[in-house]
Amino acid sequence: MRTIEIWVGVFVAGGLAALFMLAMQVSNLTSVGETDGYEIKARFDNISGLNVRSPVTMAGVRIGRVVDIDFDEKTFEAVVSMRIESQYDQLPEDSSASVFTSGLLGEKYIGLEPGGALDNLADGDVIHLTQSSLVLERLIGQFLFSQGSDDSKEGAEP
Amino acid sequence: MAIKGPAGWFQALGASALGFFERLGRGHLLLFSILGRLPALVPRFGLVVQQIYSVGVLSLLIILVSGLFVGMVLGLQGYYTLVDFGAEQSLGTVVALTLVRELGPVVAALLFAGRAGSALTAEIGLMKATEQLSGMEMMAVDPIKRTLAPRFLAGFLSLPLLAAIFSAIGIMGGYIVGVQLLGVDEGAYWSQMQNSVNFWDDIINGVIKSLAFGFVASWIAVFEGYDAVPTSEGVSRATTRTVVHTSLAVLGLDFILTALMFGEP
Repeated sequence: MRTIEIWVGVFVAGGLAALFMLAMQVSNLTSVGETDGYEIKARFDNISGLNVRSPVTMAGVRIGRVVDIDFDEKTFEAVVSMRIESQYDQLPEDSSASVFTSGLLGEKYIGLEPGGALDNLADGDVIHLTQSSLVLERLIGQFLFSQGSDDSKEGAEP
Repeated sequence: MAIKGPAGWFQALGASALGFFERLGRGHLLLFSILGRLPALVPRFGLVVQQIYSVGVLSLLIILVSGLFVGMVLGLQGYYTLVDFGAEQSLGTVVALTLVRELGPVVAALLFAGRAGSALTAEIGLMKATEQLSGMEMMAVDPIKRTLAPRFLAGFLSLPLLAAIFSAIGIMGGYIVGVQLLGVDEGAYWSQMQNSVNFWDDIINGVIKSLAFGFVASWIAVFEGYDAVPTSEGVSRATTRTVVHTSLAVLGLDFILTALMFGEP
Protein backbone atom coordinates (compact mmCIF):
# COMPACT_ATOMS: atom_id res chain seq x y z
CA MET A 1 0.00 0.00 0.00
CA ARG A 2 2.86 2.35 0.87
CA THR A 3 4.65 1.93 -2.46
CA ILE A 4 1.34 2.38 -4.27
CA GLU A 5 0.77 5.66 -2.49
CA ILE A 6 4.31 6.81 -3.27
CA TRP A 7 3.84 6.01 -6.96
CA VAL A 8 0.50 7.79 -7.07
CA GLY A 9 2.16 10.78 -5.46
CA VAL A 10 4.91 10.72 -8.09
CA PHE A 11 2.28 10.43 -10.84
CA VAL A 12 0.17 13.33 -9.60
CA ALA A 13 3.25 15.49 -9.04
CA GLY A 14 4.50 14.65 -12.53
CA GLY A 15 1.15 15.51 -14.08
CA LEU A 16 0.96 18.83 -12.26
CA ALA A 17 4.58 19.57 -13.16
CA ALA A 18 3.78 18.91 -16.82
CA LEU A 19 0.82 21.27 -16.62
CA PHE A 20 3.00 23.86 -14.90
CA MET A 21 5.61 23.50 -17.62
CA LEU A 22 2.95 23.95 -20.29
CA ALA A 23 1.70 27.07 -18.52
CA MET A 24 5.07 28.68 -17.90
CA GLN A 25 7.36 27.48 -20.67
CA VAL A 26 4.98 26.91 -23.56
CA SER A 27 2.26 29.53 -23.23
CA ASN A 28 2.40 33.26 -22.73
CA LEU A 29 0.90 33.17 -19.24
CA THR A 30 4.02 34.75 -17.74
CA SER A 31 3.67 37.88 -19.89
CA VAL A 32 -0.04 38.52 -19.64
CA GLY A 33 -0.29 41.36 -17.10
CA GLU A 34 -3.48 42.68 -18.72
CA THR A 35 -4.37 44.94 -15.83
CA ASP A 36 -1.15 46.78 -15.07
CA GLY A 37 0.31 49.49 -17.25
CA TYR A 38 -1.36 52.39 -19.01
CA GLU A 39 -3.47 52.68 -22.12
CA ILE A 40 -2.77 54.88 -25.14
CA LYS A 41 -4.64 55.24 -28.41
CA ALA A 42 -3.58 55.74 -32.01
CA ARG A 43 -5.59 56.45 -35.16
CA PHE A 44 -4.69 54.69 -38.40
CA ASP A 45 -6.09 54.92 -41.93
CA ASN A 46 -5.65 51.16 -42.39
CA ILE A 47 -4.65 48.45 -39.96
CA SER A 48 -5.53 45.38 -42.03
CA GLY A 49 -4.12 42.25 -40.40
CA LEU A 50 -3.68 43.74 -36.93
CA ASN A 51 -5.43 41.83 -34.14
CA VAL A 52 -6.30 42.31 -30.51
CA ARG A 53 -3.30 40.94 -28.53
CA SER A 54 -0.86 41.85 -31.32
CA PRO A 55 2.43 43.05 -29.86
CA VAL A 56 3.43 46.70 -29.49
CA THR A 57 7.18 47.17 -29.80
CA MET A 58 9.76 49.88 -29.53
CA ALA A 59 13.25 49.25 -30.93
CA GLY A 60 12.18 45.64 -31.46
CA VAL A 61 11.38 45.04 -27.79
CA ARG A 62 7.80 44.18 -26.89
CA ILE A 63 6.55 46.81 -24.45
CA GLY A 64 2.80 46.16 -24.60
CA ARG A 65 -0.11 44.69 -26.49
CA VAL A 66 -3.10 45.85 -28.53
CA VAL A 67 -6.15 45.58 -26.26
CA ASP A 68 -8.92 46.97 -28.44
CA ILE A 69 -9.60 47.91 -32.04
CA ASP A 70 -12.46 50.27 -32.89
CA PHE A 71 -13.78 52.00 -35.99
CA ASP A 72 -14.51 55.72 -35.93
CA GLU A 73 -17.52 56.32 -38.17
CA LYS A 74 -16.94 60.07 -38.45
CA THR A 75 -13.36 60.06 -39.70
CA PHE A 76 -13.40 56.53 -41.14
CA GLU A 77 -10.29 55.68 -39.19
CA ALA A 78 -9.32 52.73 -37.06
CA VAL A 79 -8.80 53.53 -33.39
CA VAL A 80 -6.33 51.14 -31.78
CA SER A 81 -6.02 51.01 -28.00
CA MET A 82 -2.69 49.73 -26.71
CA ARG A 83 -1.76 48.80 -23.17
CA ILE A 84 1.87 49.63 -22.40
CA GLU A 85 3.54 47.95 -19.43
CA SER A 86 3.95 50.30 -16.51
CA GLN A 87 7.75 49.95 -16.37
CA TYR A 88 8.00 51.74 -19.73
CA ASP A 89 6.58 55.12 -18.69
CA GLN A 90 9.25 57.35 -20.24
CA LEU A 91 7.98 57.34 -23.84
CA PRO A 92 8.06 60.85 -25.40
CA GLU A 93 4.68 62.40 -26.10
CA ASP A 94 5.33 62.90 -29.84
CA SER A 95 6.26 59.26 -30.51
CA SER A 96 4.95 57.89 -33.79
CA ALA A 97 3.24 54.55 -34.39
CA SER A 98 3.37 52.36 -37.50
CA VAL A 99 1.87 49.01 -38.41
CA PHE A 100 4.65 46.62 -39.46
CA THR A 101 4.80 43.02 -40.58
CA SER A 102 7.33 40.64 -39.06
CA GLY A 103 8.88 38.89 -42.03
CA LEU A 104 7.22 38.78 -45.43
CA LEU A 105 4.14 36.84 -44.34
CA GLY A 106 4.41 37.10 -40.58
CA GLU A 107 1.97 38.64 -38.11
CA LYS A 108 1.32 42.38 -37.89
CA TYR A 109 2.56 44.43 -34.97
CA ILE A 110 2.73 48.07 -33.96
CA GLY A 111 6.15 49.67 -33.86
CA LEU A 112 6.60 52.88 -31.87
CA GLU A 113 9.32 55.36 -32.82
CA PRO A 114 10.41 57.76 -30.07
CA GLY A 115 10.04 61.50 -30.66
CA GLY A 116 11.92 64.32 -29.03
CA ALA A 117 9.35 65.87 -26.69
CA LEU A 118 10.17 66.31 -23.00
CA ASP A 119 6.70 65.28 -21.80
CA ASN A 120 5.87 61.59 -21.58
CA LEU A 121 2.86 59.66 -22.83
CA ALA A 122 0.32 59.07 -20.07
CA ASP A 123 -2.87 57.05 -19.70
CA GLY A 124 -5.49 58.02 -22.30
CA ASP A 125 -3.13 59.94 -24.59
CA VAL A 126 -3.51 59.72 -28.37
CA ILE A 127 -0.60 59.26 -30.77
CA HIS A 128 -1.08 61.57 -33.75
CA LEU A 129 1.80 60.57 -35.99
CA THR A 130 0.83 57.23 -37.50
CA GLN A 131 1.68 55.20 -40.56
CA SER A 132 -0.74 52.65 -41.89
CA SER A 133 -0.43 48.99 -42.59
CA LEU A 134 1.25 47.97 -45.81
CA VAL A 135 -1.36 46.18 -47.89
CA LEU A 136 0.41 43.76 -50.19
CA GLU A 137 -2.27 43.81 -52.89
CA ARG A 138 -2.21 47.61 -53.09
CA LEU A 139 1.59 47.57 -53.24
CA ILE A 140 1.56 45.06 -56.09
CA GLY A 141 -1.13 47.11 -57.83
CA GLN A 142 0.97 50.28 -57.58
CA PHE A 143 4.03 48.41 -58.79
CA LEU A 144 2.21 47.02 -61.81
CA PHE A 145 0.68 50.42 -62.55
CA SER A 146 4.05 52.20 -62.46
CA GLN A 147 5.57 49.44 -64.59
CA GLY A 148 2.79 49.84 -67.10
CA SER A 149 3.19 53.63 -67.27
CA ASP A 150 6.98 53.26 -67.66
CA ASP A 151 6.49 50.93 -70.60
CA SER A 152 4.06 53.27 -72.31
CA LYS A 153 6.47 56.16 -71.79
CA GLU A 154 9.34 54.21 -73.31
CA GLY A 155 7.13 53.30 -76.21
CA ALA A 156 6.05 56.93 -76.74
CA GLU A 157 9.47 58.60 -76.52
CA PRO A 158 11.25 57.59 -79.70
CA MET B 1 -41.31 -15.58 -32.96
CA ALA B 2 -39.34 -14.39 -35.98
CA ILE B 3 -41.61 -13.39 -38.85
CA LYS B 4 -40.51 -13.77 -42.47
CA GLY B 5 -40.81 -11.10 -45.12
CA PRO B 6 -40.84 -7.32 -44.74
CA ALA B 7 -42.45 -7.52 -41.31
CA GLY B 8 -39.45 -9.55 -40.13
CA TRP B 9 -37.09 -6.88 -41.38
CA PHE B 10 -38.95 -4.23 -39.46
CA GLN B 11 -39.02 -6.47 -36.40
CA ALA B 12 -35.25 -6.88 -36.51
CA LEU B 13 -34.77 -3.14 -36.97
CA GLY B 14 -37.13 -2.35 -34.11
CA ALA B 15 -35.50 -4.88 -31.82
CA SER B 16 -32.01 -3.53 -32.44
CA ALA B 17 -33.19 0.07 -31.97
CA LEU B 18 -34.92 -0.86 -28.71
CA GLY B 19 -31.81 -2.73 -27.57
CA PHE B 20 -29.66 0.31 -28.33
CA PHE B 21 -31.85 2.66 -26.34
CA GLU B 22 -32.15 0.15 -23.51
CA ARG B 23 -28.37 -0.01 -23.20
CA LEU B 24 -28.14 3.77 -23.43
CA GLY B 25 -30.68 4.07 -20.64
CA ARG B 26 -28.94 1.48 -18.45
CA GLY B 27 -25.67 3.33 -19.01
CA HIS B 28 -27.15 6.62 -17.84
CA LEU B 29 -28.81 5.02 -14.82
CA LEU B 30 -25.47 3.51 -13.82
CA LEU B 31 -23.75 6.86 -14.38
CA PHE B 32 -26.22 8.67 -12.14
CA SER B 33 -25.91 6.09 -9.38
CA ILE B 34 -22.09 6.32 -9.60
CA LEU B 35 -22.21 10.13 -9.48
CA GLY B 36 -24.57 9.96 -6.51
CA ARG B 37 -22.11 7.76 -4.62
CA LEU B 38 -19.02 9.90 -5.31
CA PRO B 39 -19.37 11.98 -2.09
CA ALA B 40 -19.19 8.76 -0.08
CA LEU B 41 -15.65 8.25 -1.43
CA VAL B 42 -14.23 11.30 0.32
CA PRO B 43 -13.64 9.61 3.70
CA ARG B 44 -12.29 6.48 1.97
CA PHE B 45 -10.01 8.08 -0.57
CA GLY B 46 -7.56 5.20 -0.23
CA LEU B 47 -9.76 3.18 -2.58
CA VAL B 48 -9.39 5.85 -5.25
CA VAL B 49 -5.63 6.11 -4.71
CA GLN B 50 -5.29 2.38 -5.28
CA GLN B 51 -7.22 2.67 -8.55
CA ILE B 52 -5.23 5.72 -9.67
CA TYR B 53 -2.20 3.47 -9.30
CA SER B 54 -3.57 0.77 -11.57
CA VAL B 55 -5.23 3.16 -14.03
CA GLY B 56 -2.82 6.09 -14.10
CA VAL B 57 0.61 5.06 -12.87
CA LEU B 58 0.68 1.83 -14.84
CA SER B 59 -0.30 3.74 -18.01
CA LEU B 60 2.58 6.14 -17.49
CA LEU B 61 5.14 4.16 -19.48
CA ILE B 62 3.10 3.90 -22.66
CA ILE B 63 2.13 7.58 -22.39
CA LEU B 64 5.74 8.68 -21.94
CA VAL B 65 7.10 6.57 -24.80
CA SER B 66 4.36 7.38 -27.29
CA GLY B 67 4.36 11.06 -26.31
CA LEU B 68 8.08 11.27 -26.97
CA PHE B 69 7.78 9.58 -30.35
CA VAL B 70 4.71 11.55 -31.43
CA GLY B 71 6.56 14.76 -30.57
CA MET B 72 9.65 13.60 -32.46
CA VAL B 73 7.59 12.73 -35.55
CA LEU B 74 5.83 16.10 -35.36
CA GLY B 75 9.22 17.80 -35.17
CA LEU B 76 10.48 15.89 -38.19
CA GLN B 77 7.38 16.28 -40.36
CA GLY B 78 6.84 19.88 -39.32
CA TYR B 79 10.43 20.71 -40.14
CA TYR B 80 10.33 19.17 -43.63
CA THR B 81 7.06 20.96 -44.39
CA LEU B 82 8.08 24.33 -42.99
CA VAL B 83 11.59 24.41 -44.41
CA ASP B 84 10.12 24.65 -47.92
CA PHE B 85 8.64 28.01 -46.94
CA GLY B 86 11.70 29.10 -45.01
CA ALA B 87 9.52 29.11 -41.90
CA GLU B 88 11.25 26.41 -39.83
CA GLN B 89 11.44 28.99 -37.02
CA SER B 90 7.75 28.32 -36.44
CA LEU B 91 8.39 24.66 -35.64
CA GLY B 92 7.82 25.27 -31.92
CA THR B 93 4.41 26.78 -32.63
CA VAL B 94 3.39 23.87 -34.84
CA VAL B 95 4.49 21.20 -32.38
CA ALA B 96 3.06 22.91 -29.30
CA LEU B 97 -0.33 23.83 -30.79
CA THR B 98 -0.82 20.40 -32.35
CA LEU B 99 0.00 18.64 -29.11
CA VAL B 100 -1.76 20.92 -26.66
CA ARG B 101 -4.94 21.37 -28.67
CA GLU B 102 -5.43 17.99 -30.32
CA LEU B 103 -2.96 15.17 -30.08
CA GLY B 104 -2.27 15.37 -26.35
CA PRO B 105 -5.87 14.87 -25.19
CA VAL B 106 -6.94 12.61 -28.08
CA VAL B 107 -4.00 10.22 -28.32
CA ALA B 108 -3.73 10.03 -24.54
CA ALA B 109 -7.44 9.12 -24.41
CA LEU B 110 -7.05 6.47 -27.13
CA LEU B 111 -4.06 4.93 -25.36
CA PHE B 112 -5.95 5.17 -22.08
CA ALA B 113 -8.86 3.26 -23.62
CA GLY B 114 -6.54 0.51 -24.78
CA ARG B 115 -4.37 0.30 -21.71
CA ALA B 116 -6.63 1.17 -18.76
CA GLY B 117 -10.21 1.06 -20.06
CA SER B 118 -9.94 -2.51 -21.29
CA ALA B 119 -8.37 -3.58 -17.99
CA LEU B 120 -11.18 -1.91 -16.04
CA THR B 121 -13.85 -3.64 -18.12
CA ALA B 122 -12.19 -7.04 -17.89
CA GLU B 123 -11.75 -6.71 -14.13
CA ILE B 124 -15.33 -5.67 -13.44
CA GLY B 125 -16.71 -8.16 -15.95
CA LEU B 126 -14.79 -11.01 -14.33
CA MET B 127 -15.95 -9.87 -10.90
CA LYS B 128 -19.47 -10.14 -12.24
CA ALA B 129 -18.85 -13.51 -13.94
CA THR B 130 -17.34 -15.01 -10.76
CA GLU B 131 -20.23 -13.54 -8.77
CA GLN B 132 -18.03 -11.35 -6.60
CA LEU B 133 -20.39 -8.42 -7.17
CA SER B 134 -23.37 -10.52 -6.03
CA GLY B 135 -21.27 -11.70 -3.09
CA MET B 136 -20.70 -8.12 -2.03
CA GLU B 137 -24.40 -7.43 -2.23
CA MET B 138 -25.02 -10.48 -0.03
CA MET B 139 -22.73 -8.94 2.59
CA ALA B 140 -24.65 -5.66 2.35
CA VAL B 141 -21.71 -3.96 0.60
CA ASP B 142 -22.80 -1.75 -2.27
CA PRO B 143 -20.71 -2.92 -5.28
CA ILE B 144 -21.26 0.39 -7.08
CA LYS B 145 -19.91 2.32 -4.12
CA ARG B 146 -17.11 -0.14 -3.37
CA THR B 147 -15.80 -1.05 -6.85
CA LEU B 148 -17.34 1.05 -9.62
CA ALA B 149 -17.24 4.57 -8.18
CA PRO B 150 -13.53 4.53 -7.21
CA ARG B 151 -12.56 3.18 -10.63
CA PHE B 152 -14.66 5.81 -12.41
CA LEU B 153 -13.22 8.66 -10.34
CA ALA B 154 -9.66 7.38 -10.76
CA GLY B 155 -10.02 7.30 -14.55
CA PHE B 156 -11.62 10.74 -14.60
CA LEU B 157 -8.76 12.20 -12.54
CA SER B 158 -5.93 10.33 -14.27
CA LEU B 159 -6.56 11.16 -17.91
CA PRO B 160 -6.02 14.95 -17.67
CA LEU B 161 -2.71 14.33 -15.89
CA LEU B 162 -1.70 11.75 -18.49
CA ALA B 163 -2.63 14.14 -21.33
CA ALA B 164 -0.58 16.95 -19.76
CA ILE B 165 2.40 14.63 -19.40
CA PHE B 166 1.91 13.49 -23.01
CA SER B 167 1.91 17.07 -24.32
CA ALA B 168 4.91 18.13 -22.24
CA ILE B 169 7.00 15.13 -23.23
CA GLY B 170 5.93 15.54 -26.86
CA ILE B 171 7.14 19.15 -26.87
CA MET B 172 10.45 17.89 -25.48
CA GLY B 173 10.54 15.29 -28.27
CA GLY B 174 9.95 18.00 -30.86
CA TYR B 175 12.74 19.99 -29.23
CA ILE B 176 15.16 17.06 -29.41
CA VAL B 177 14.51 16.48 -33.12
CA GLY B 178 14.00 20.08 -34.23
CA VAL B 179 16.66 21.88 -32.23
CA GLN B 180 19.25 19.23 -31.43
CA LEU B 181 19.19 17.18 -34.63
CA LEU B 182 17.89 19.47 -37.40
CA GLY B 183 19.35 22.73 -36.16
CA VAL B 184 16.34 25.01 -35.63
CA ASP B 185 17.35 27.94 -33.46
CA GLU B 186 16.63 27.16 -29.81
CA GLY B 187 15.49 30.71 -28.96
CA ALA B 188 13.12 30.79 -31.94
CA TYR B 189 11.65 27.39 -30.99
CA TRP B 190 10.64 28.51 -27.50
CA SER B 191 9.84 32.18 -28.15
CA GLN B 192 7.64 31.56 -31.21
CA MET B 193 5.86 28.91 -29.15
CA GLN B 194 5.29 31.29 -26.24
CA ASN B 195 4.11 34.03 -28.59
CA SER B 196 1.40 31.98 -30.21
CA VAL B 197 0.23 29.58 -27.49
CA ASN B 198 -2.36 31.21 -25.27
CA PHE B 199 -2.77 29.81 -21.77
CA TRP B 200 -6.55 30.13 -21.54
CA ASP B 201 -7.48 29.48 -25.17
CA ASP B 202 -5.14 26.59 -25.85
CA ILE B 203 -3.89 24.93 -22.69
CA ILE B 204 -7.01 25.25 -20.55
CA ASN B 205 -9.19 24.16 -23.47
CA GLY B 206 -6.94 21.13 -23.91
CA VAL B 207 -7.37 20.30 -20.23
CA ILE B 208 -11.16 20.68 -20.55
CA LYS B 209 -11.06 18.31 -23.51
CA SER B 210 -9.10 15.70 -21.59
CA LEU B 211 -11.50 16.02 -18.64
CA ALA B 212 -14.39 15.29 -20.99
CA PHE B 213 -12.53 12.36 -22.53
CA GLY B 214 -11.62 11.01 -19.08
CA PHE B 215 -15.27 11.18 -18.07
CA VAL B 216 -16.49 9.37 -21.19
CA ALA B 217 -13.68 6.79 -21.27
CA SER B 218 -14.10 5.77 -17.62
CA TRP B 219 -17.89 5.77 -17.90
CA ILE B 220 -17.85 3.46 -20.94
CA ALA B 221 -15.22 1.16 -19.37
CA VAL B 222 -17.09 0.83 -16.08
CA PHE B 223 -20.48 0.41 -17.73
CA GLU B 224 -19.32 -2.23 -20.23
CA GLY B 225 -17.80 -4.24 -17.38
CA TYR B 226 -20.89 -3.93 -15.22
CA ASP B 227 -23.22 -4.72 -18.12
CA ALA B 228 -21.17 -7.62 -19.51
CA VAL B 229 -22.76 -11.02 -20.07
CA PRO B 230 -21.23 -12.97 -17.17
CA THR B 231 -19.41 -15.56 -19.28
CA SER B 232 -15.86 -15.63 -20.57
CA GLU B 233 -17.13 -14.83 -24.07
CA GLY B 234 -19.26 -11.98 -22.74
CA VAL B 235 -16.32 -10.44 -20.89
CA SER B 236 -14.11 -10.62 -23.96
CA ARG B 237 -16.82 -8.99 -26.06
CA ALA B 238 -17.32 -6.27 -23.46
CA THR B 239 -13.58 -5.55 -23.44
CA THR B 240 -13.54 -5.17 -27.22
CA ARG B 241 -16.62 -2.96 -27.10
CA THR B 242 -14.96 -0.71 -24.51
CA VAL B 243 -11.99 0.00 -26.75
CA VAL B 244 -14.09 0.48 -29.91
CA HIS B 245 -16.80 2.60 -28.32
CA THR B 246 -14.36 4.73 -26.33
CA SER B 247 -12.28 5.43 -29.43
CA LEU B 248 -15.36 6.40 -31.45
CA ALA B 249 -16.77 8.51 -28.63
CA VAL B 250 -13.47 10.30 -28.08
CA LEU B 251 -13.00 11.11 -31.77
CA GLY B 252 -16.59 12.25 -32.22
CA LEU B 253 -16.56 14.31 -29.04
CA ASP B 254 -13.23 15.81 -30.06
CA PHE B 255 -14.77 17.23 -33.23
CA ILE B 256 -17.69 18.73 -31.32
CA LEU B 257 -15.48 20.20 -28.61
CA THR B 258 -13.03 21.62 -31.15
CA ALA B 259 -15.87 23.22 -33.11
CA LEU B 260 -17.21 24.76 -29.90
CA MET B 261 -13.87 25.94 -28.52
CA PHE B 262 -11.90 27.10 -31.51
CA GLY B 263 -14.81 28.06 -33.77
CA GLU B 264 -14.51 31.78 -33.08
CA PRO B 265 -11.15 33.45 -33.49
